[in-house]
Formats: sequence, structure tokens, C-alpha cells
Amino acid sequence: MQVTITINGQTVSRDVPPQTLLVHFIRDTPGLTGTHWGCDTSNCGACIVQIDGKAVKSCTQLAAMVDGHEVKTIEGLEVDGVLDPIQEGFHEQHALHCGFCTPGMMMASRSLLDENPDPTDEEIRVAISGGICRCTGYKNIVAAVRWAAEHEAPIKQEV
Amino acid sequence: MQTPAPCGYERASSVDGVIATLAERGPSTRIVAGGHSLIPMMKLRLATPEHLIDINDLHELSYIRQEGEEVRIGALARHVDLLRSELLAEHFPVFADAEEVIADPVVRNRGTIGGSLCQADPGEDLSAVCSALKASVVIRGAGGERVVPMHEFHVGPYMTAVGDAEMLTEVRIAIRPGAGSAHEKLERRAGDFAIAATSAAIWINGGTITDAGIALAAVGPFTIEATRAEELLRGKAPSDELFTQAGAICSEDSMPAADGRGPVDYKRHLVGVLTKRALRRATARALQ
Repeated sequence: MQVTITINGQTVSRDVPPQTLLVHFIRDTPGLTGTHWGCDTSNCGACIVQIDGKAVKSCTQLAAMVDGHEVKTIEGLEVDGVLDPIQEGFHEQHALHCGFCTPGMMMASRSLLDENPDPTDEEIRVAISGGICRCTGYKNIVAAVRWAAEHEAPIKQEV
Repeated sequence: MQTPAPCGYERASSVDGVIATLAERGPSTRIVAGGHSLIPMMKLRLATPEHLIDINDLHELSYIRQEGEEVRIGALARHVDLLRSELLAEHFPVFADAEEVIADPVVRNRGTIGGSLCQADPGEDLSAVCSALKASVVIRGAGGERVVPMHEFHVGPYMTAVGDAEMLTEVRIAIRPGAGSAHEKLERRAGDFAIAATSAAIWINGGTITDAGIALAAVGPFTIEATRAEELLRGKAPSDELFTQAGAICSEDSMPAADGRGPVDYKRHLVGVLTKRALRRATARALQ
């Protein structure tokens, strides 16, 4: 069936079997391999993307179910060479080690700050609880999201 | 790599259309909403539908509202909606208790109450919540609607009263005075299914328990309605001693199996403790 999804502002259309998972559609069709395909069981969160602005595990949605909707992936965070404050925060606070969980952690964190610009550490922990980091880096991930929250408030005010 | 087996797919544009397609295509056609139970089952070949009907466009089923003396929840209301609903927080705080510990926030963005109830996983929390609250579900078929109380909804492990060419469209919960409710769950790690969980609802009038609902998750082949413990509570004044007795009865009436989440004795013990805590919190809320 023909599935058309707007991914990071670009329209992507492809004829795929109806059972195709969104994560594979994203990785295979436009070749956006930043979205990781991890546990396959909706547990690890490496495949988290935003669908219409909401964080969703893309291994547990069919591409067909997202036909006509908007998806944002990790590649969509940076705009014109300027990193998203979440990306800056992960860099500044050393919030990644092997990097496998990072795209999902960043997309879940981005969704948190979009809804709640000044979260507590506990709220950050809850927001990223759908992701698993096996380098045991949660402490720095929380610090990174905190950093992003603190640094993007003034940026938003300037805009 | 886990991927679903080949299947057909269509998007529904009306509830009547869903029922017509189900009737026409037979039981190998399944409804998909959030997909967070069905798609993992399809990956594991525990479910092998030949055709899927996607109901995510049926926005008329995405509501939580009061009608008369009932709260009505559309089948497509998502976990995140239940967690944040002020109407539910006011009347049935047990929903927010449970939703805070159902999976994780990302899964809660997609999973729906209709899907959770129809999946009827014995470890699933919302079935216990709805059972404790003595909710009813509306099931629609070609011949119209029928309203089924929760105690008739589960007909076996992963089996519900929803027939082949039928669809659960709504959950109804009566608003009665003097209500309090709470959900207590112990999980191994964030977002996991429960080791054991208890949902409790209590209705108090003039210092006496007029009615009670207790349901247990993850400690049997289906959601267990603890009717013996409910019977014990009715007509009595709430007290810690009474709740300990109710917990002991629930512990006896649970049917846990030993698995990676723990041995039978441990789970029975948990049921007693969690039931007592749930009743205590439900009562405190009823008396607020």
C-alpha cells in the first residue's frame, strides 16, 4: 500500500507491505538511520520519534497507521547547523557513552520540554523512563535535560 | 528481528463501518488502536490477524465526560488522557494512581482504555481499576448496543464478552456519594507489568462502608474480583484491623503463579499488603 508520511518536513511516499513497522519505514525509505531499532518489544526506547509532536515508540506502530501524519526524528532536531538545546545539553553534560539510546532519549526529552519547560529532576526521570541506557548514564542524561531547560528559556525569550 | 506477518490494513471512518467489516471478514480481522498490545503479539505470532482495522481516526471515541450521574470514557481515550483528566481525578483518583505506573509516558501516549480492556491481560491494571469501580462497558454489534457489567466482562484468560463482530465503544462508571478509590502496584522496574496490584474502591455513608470493590491484577489467569473481601467490608466501619482481614481474604483468593516476578508465597503476601494499603488510601479519600 502507498504510505505517505511527512518526516522532518519532507514528504516521504513509498509502496510498502501494510505490516511494515514505522521504524523500518523511517530507516529504509529516506535512510534516516538516526532512529535506532533496538529491542523490538517497546521496552528500550531507542526508536522513539515524535508523531504529531507526541513521543511514540516507532517499533510499535505500523507505518500505515502514521500515513498522512507528521513525524520528527533525531535528524530533525538540528536546524540549519544549529543544534537543539537538548543536543547541546547532551554534549555539555557528557550524557552519552555508546550512543545507542541517545536518539530516543533526546526525542523523549524534547517532548518533555515542549510540554513542561521547567521540569524537576523527578519529572525528567519519569519522562525518560521509557528508554533504557545500558552504559548507566541516567544521571548525566538528567543533567543534560536540566541544562537544556535552563539554556533554552532565554533563547526562547530572545525569539 | 521481529516483524508482523503479512496482513491487510484499512482505516475505519465510523463505528458502524468497523462492525460491518468485522461481520463480513470474520474473526481473523482485528481492530487496532494504540497497537501496543496487538503489534507485539503479532511480532511474536501470538496473534496472526489477516486484516487490521485501524480506528485511530474515530475521534468521536476519544472522550472522558460526565453524563448525568455517570462518567463515560470513550474506547479511544489514551492512557495519557486518563492520567490527566480532572474529571477522573475528582471522582475516581484510582485512574491516576494506576496510570502513573502503567508502562511509561511514551507508551501512554498511544495505548487506549478500549485496547487495554479488550486485551484482558491478567497483569493489566485498568481491568482491575474498572472492576473495582464496578464499571460497565458498552459493546456494539450489528444488532445494536449492550451494556455489560465488569463482573461479566472477563470470560477467561485474555477472553472477554466482546464477540467476533462486536466492538467495545465506551466505559461507564456510576458516580455515587461517599466514594474513595486507590490503586497499589509493585513492579520490578519502571514501566513493567505488576508483580501484584490491587485496585480498591469504597463507598462510605455516615461512618459505615455501604459498598466496596476490590480487584487484583497479575495474581491469577485473569483479573480477580475479590467478592468475599468486598462482602466482609459492607456494613462495617472502616478500620485498619478490618482492612488487614480483607487483605488476608484477598491473599487467599488470589491465584498467583511462580514466575520471574516471584514465587507464589511472596505474591500472596504482597496481595495482602497492597490490598490493605489500597483500602486505607481509598478510605482516606472517601472521608476527605
